[in-house]
Amino acid sequence: MTSRRMTGWQGETVRFRFDGRDYEGVRGDTLASALLANGVRAVAASPALGRPRGIYAAWTEEPNALVQVAAEPMLQATTVELRDGLAAHGLSGRGRLTDETDTARYDAVHAHCDVLVVGAGPAGLAAATVAAETGARVIIADDRPIAGGSLPDTAETVGGVPGAEWAAATLDALDGRPDIRVLRRTSVFGYYDDNYLVAVERRGEHAHSRERVWRIRARRVVLATGAHERPIAFAGNDRPGVMLAGSARAYANRHGVLPGDRAVVFTTNDSAYAAARDLAAAGVEIAAIVDTRDTTGGGTDGVEVLAGHVVTAVGGDDGVSSVAVAPSDGGAGREIEADLLLVSGGWSPLVHLFSQSGGDLRFDDGIGSFVPASARQAVEVAGAARGVFTLAGCLEDGAATGARAAEAAGFRVEGTFEIPRTPDEDPGTPPGHLWLVPAADYSTHFVDLQRDVTVADVMRATGAGLRSVEHVKRYTTAGTAHDQGKLSGVLTSAVVGHALGLPLGDLGTTTFRAPYVPVGFATLAGRHRGALHDPVRTTSLHEWHVAYGAPFENVGQWKRPWYYPRAGEDMETAVLRECGAVRKSVGAMDASTLGKIDVQGPDAAEFLDRIYTNMMSTLKVGAIRYGVMCRPDGMVFDDGTVIRLADDRFLVTTTTGNAAAVLDWMEEWLQTEWPGLRVYCTSVTEHWATVALAGPGSRDVLAGLAPGLAVDAASFPFMTWRDTEVAGLAARVCRISFSGELAYEINVNAWDGLALWEAVMETGVVTPYGTETMHVLRAEKGYPIVGQDTDGTVTPADLGMDWVVSKKKPDFIGKRSFARADTSRPDRKHLVGLLPADPGRLLPEGAHLVETSTLPEPPVPTLGHVTSSYRSAVLDSTFALALVSGGRDRMGEVLYVPLGDEQVPVTVTSHILYDPEGARRDG
Amino acid sequence: MLLIPCPWCGPRDEAEFHYGGQAHVAYPENPAALSDEEWARYLFFRDNPKGRFAERWNHTAGCRRWFNAVRNTATNEIEAGEVTA
Repeated sequence: MTSRRMTGWQGETVRFRFDGRDYEGVRGDTLASALLANGVRAVAASPALGRPRGIYAAWTEEPNALVQVAAEPMLQATTVELRDGLAAHGLSGRGRLTDETDTARYDAVHAHCDVLVVGAGPAGLAAATVAAETGARVIIADDRPIAGGSLPDTAETVGGVPGAEWAAATLDALDGRPDIRVLRRTSVFGYYDDNYLVAVERRGEHAHSRERVWRIRARRVVLATGAHERPIAFAGNDRPGVMLAGSARAYANRHGVLPGDRAVVFTTNDSAYAAARDLAAAGVEIAAIVDTRDTTGGGTDGVEVLAGHVVTAVGGDDGVSSVAVAPSDGGAGREIEADLLLVSGGWSPLVHLFSQSGGDLRFDDGIGSFVPASARQAVEVAGAARGVFTLAGCLEDGAATGARAAEAAGFRVEGTFEIPRTPDEDPGTPPGHLWLVPAADYSTHFVDLQRDVTVADVMRATGAGLRSVEHVKRYTTAGTAHDQGKLSGVLTSAVVGHALGLPLGDLGTTTFRAPYVPVGFATLAGRHRGALHDPVRTTSLHEWHVAYGAPFENVGQWKRPWYYPRAGEDMETAVLRECGAVRKSVGAMDASTLGKIDVQGPDAAEFLDRIYTNMMSTLKVGAIRYGVMCRPDGMVFDDGTVIRLADDRFLVTTTTGNAAAVLDWMEEWLQTEWPGLRVYCTSVTEHWATVALAGPGSRDVLAGLAPGLAVDAASFPFMTWRDTEVAGLAARVCRISFSGELAYEINVNAWDGLALWEAVMETGVVTPYGTETMHVLRAEKGYPIVGQDTDGTVTPADLGMDWVVSKKKPDFIGKRSFARADTSRPDRKHLVGLLPADPGRLLPEGAHLVETSTLPEPPVPTLGHVTSSYRSAVLDSTFALALVSGGRDRMGEVLYVPLGDEQVPVTVTSHILYDPEGARRDG
Repeated sequence: MLLIPCPWCGPRDEAEFHYGGQAHVAYPENPAALSDEEWARYLFFRDNPKGRFAERWNHTAGCRRWFNAVRNTATNEIEAGEVTA
């Protein structure tokens, strides 16, 4: 294949593969420029219609040339930097995710600055240089591998040297200054509240981190993001070989690549003439310039200019082979042979970030574009991004904007910035405005190339009555592809305007949203993957659980041992064995994760009376009481025990998952409603290690470990605590039970946790049990787990715990709600037990309950759902807890659980299924 | 990402805070004296204005103190001088 590289273009050779074939490019190429240099015109078929598509643009606005590079799907060939060994293939629409783990590292940086400049084109460089001179801390971010914005594309000179050279030197000078940070290959993709901007820096395959996210808080922001050239909708405007004129110019000047041999230029404005001149000089034959205006923008030597003409058709199925042109007033047309059709519908300022910042746009009739109007945040816009399209204008505007931004950030501008000399620019002919070439058939006038949306599709939407561009976008999907409608967005609005006879300025644009460019999930996740995804909390006994092969259950951030399988045991067998050991002998569980809050101060008792539904102030020092907390709406929020340590000091335990929420809850009431109460709350969860010792044999085990402690039931009654020594360790032993058996909770300093546990295990009679066994044992006794058997719609009365709600206290959180009609409805869902008719049948948690043995027509009225379900070592059946409408009035009733095609019969029972008399509590 | 002026710590990222909804909805002096409707109003009814809104924030990842601030819900601007500990 012949090279389309300009003769004499220098560059180190780079080898790559595309669609299974080997090619060569040069260092500095993008994949797109290298493909064009090798004469590859079609990159992939369009997703919906399967039409061949080529390279349409030269940077992030590319709608067509999607590729997959190794594991990374959906990259734009126009933004992939060529590197040795790169292997890519063209994508028709969606990419493919790999099963392999991405082993690259991704990272994040937080930064603050006085002035953030986005874009290192002429305006951005001038702004950053002026701002830097004032002493302001400046960050300048540019998404390109080399600086200069459009300068490398247009090859204009600045200060007498090629623009790209001037830009590189200017950026290097900034980079050398101590308070200036230059971020290259960095796309600012989101602009959020209070000048918080987020960018992605592409550092390369061999960098310490492949990409990193910058989160930047800036006092002032200067957006110098440039402009995109606009497409025009005409028949066949999607053929490979149709390309934006400025992009073709960029391929020639930036990469030394000629995207075709013979070109027709189709334009509404003068900029395409400059493109034609550069391409002609580079060796492309310009067959004709088709100008929609009657007064043309001059000409270029020896090239025919067809004023007042439009392109009416494009010949060639696999790529442009001819271009049909005709006078726009409908006269006779002709066909011109060409393999390249360059299009320029004018230039649209990149208002994306400005619009994300909350700024308003207005329509500028002169340039036919939306431009920034009033800002909501501390931001200014400079250069082409606000419609200044001359090089000298951009430099001046950038310098003035940089000075304004620095001053607004509190810095003084001293001296003047000398605007570098630029070539004289002819003011030229004002641009024309043409969005679509009128035709009888709009089925190949493409609006969004990636979504295969045509003018005909947009007109179908307006024909169906849609008026808003937001609705048309969603109806047609125009603007919803990877490029987020960079080229198609305003064109869609224009076609809607054409169809409805409304001015474009009145229709407006669709909403601009982050991210401006696609950003990988791996990049956003950064280091927060795998073990670092969320903090992991382990108890001081963790290593023992690991050594004994326990699988772990995640409870909040805690890892809790689930069960301890012996050789050959599955979970069911292990759990039944552990349950049996506690019911018949003695078991031990690591209970360290229970939340613990130290509550102290002269008003601590009064405070707890207000927080809990039951009375806490009457608790004696040395005693323990179970308590329930509700929200003001009367729904259960948490439960646990309260230990009175002194007149003015309590230790409150919470559920494992809710410890932080309960502390927040206490703080909120203390600070916002009861600032007069002298109470101080401190989380002490991790100060203690707690071993629960449960079962009829627990008293003997404790007696052996704590010879100084009188353990008989009279000396150490239920719901009291003692400070003593256990296994030679300072310990606080609480006589409380979550299984109904005689039980103790032994608390020691967290450092001593492992020693205590090992001492308990060395007795040789104690079976370690995990959270699953704990759940089964408590469920047999009907003890609810807040968050499993409750869901924020359950009152203490619904749980059958009227006794925990004080009748004596004048008020507590939730009290007033218990007098609401809603909380005493007879059909409220009550916590009940369920016994399946088939004692071997384990009901799935979450299953619903119905009244009838055959399902009625939908909607099926359900009575409630199963909240907990287990096999039991002591009941002769599986069993479940459930919240059932009017459940306490249904004792003995048979209800049905629909499971697939079956209606599984169950009998409603009390939620307390084992030892309802509480005979086992004292051993 | 709002920049929220904590009256104790100064301006900090929104991620450090916990939102507490509408401010100045005090717990009733004597809930038992309220009708069901008045109590329901306290429990369930909150304003949702477009514009100025006094709301509560808690600096959970900092000093852990609650404070009130006036924010414009249309622009997200927090009014200087309307932040009270």
